[in-house]
Amino acid sequence: MKPLINSLPETVFTTKVDDLLNWGRASSQWYMLFGLACCAIELMQTGGPRADLDRFGAVPRATPRQSDLMIVAGTLTYKMAKRTKLLYDQMPDPRYVISMGSCSNCGGLFQLAYSVCKGVDKIVPVDVYVPGCPPRPEALTEGLLRIQDKMMRERWLVKAPRPAEGASAAQD
Amino acid sequence: MDAKEIYATLEKLFPGKVGDFKGEVQEPYLTVDTAAIVEVCRFLRNSPGFKFEVLSDLTAVDCPKEGKIQVVYHLFSYSQNHQIVLKVDLPRDNPKVATLEDVWKVANWFEREVYDLFGVIFEGHSDLRRIMLPEDWVGYPLRKDYVEQEEYDGISTQRAPLVEKLLR
Repeated sequence: MKPLINSLPETVFTTKVDDLLNWGRASSQWYMLFGLACCAIELMQTGGPRADLDRFGAVPRATPRQSDLMIVAGTLTYKMAKRTKLLYDQMPDPRYVISMGSCSNCGGLFQLAYSVCKGVDKIVPVDVYVPGCPPRPEALTEGLLRIQDKMMRERWLVKAPRPAEGASAAQD
Repeated sequence: MDAKEIYATLEKLFPGKVGDFKGEVQEPYLTVDTAAIVEVCRFLRNSPGFKFEVLSDLTAVDCPKEGKIQVVYHLFSYSQNHQIVLKVDLPRDNPKVATLEDVWKVANWFEREVYDLFGVIFEGHSDLRRIMLPEDWVGYPLRKDYVEQEEYDGISTQRAPLVEKLLR
């Protein structure tokens, strides 16, 4: 999308409804608190004052019913996997999932263990995978920005294929 | 009291039921007859000279070559500051031992854990269910011959090796 800043005369603002919707959604991603293991510490760091996820409009919510984004941070066991699916099903559409760290990407260090689920993508569709063990706050912020890119390309009202852009590398 | 003295006393009081003492290791241990474990533990807990107030750990070892599962009890005494490890050998095809729940209450959860991961049946246990794994889990994962199921509750447990592409 072309930047609109300073491109129009005063008091006039033109845009597409889809773009406005997407802009609103992308600028207020409420993510569900979903820390499963050590990645949750890094997730807290990202939400903290130094990395400050809040400046992108992302604030943590304690319930899936108010969340748009699920950040799966940590080792997912089979016992937890069933709960994860349940929580994902409770989230309202449109919903997005970030898989944070090696463990939720593929089982990571623990993927040969009997109790560890080999990737959160076995349970729910994942939009962005953030590699790292654990990823630094900058990496998670990048993941969030990729989700924003993806949100900006959604088409809700227009019946048209989603335009392919260069920034689509991070999507599934 | 050091481990040697503990063993000597036990041997005198329970002849033929304790044996296989090893004292030159960091945590000295002795083997107890399966039928006598409750008796011996009750004595170690209550007798004034020993006073093992704490069961600090209860775990197990699977030895498929010898066809046995060894249940291991770590006892510790705060007041006397001494410790001892007891071991019980159980047959691998039918591992059963009496519960120590009446001696130390903490044995309840420890025994559930050993049941969960090794499939040892603790007879007389008040609530012998899996403690960590889901209740519909198949098999006992810490046994050496454990085979992972193809899927658990509709979730595939398989994943293609990630480095295969690089190796090719």
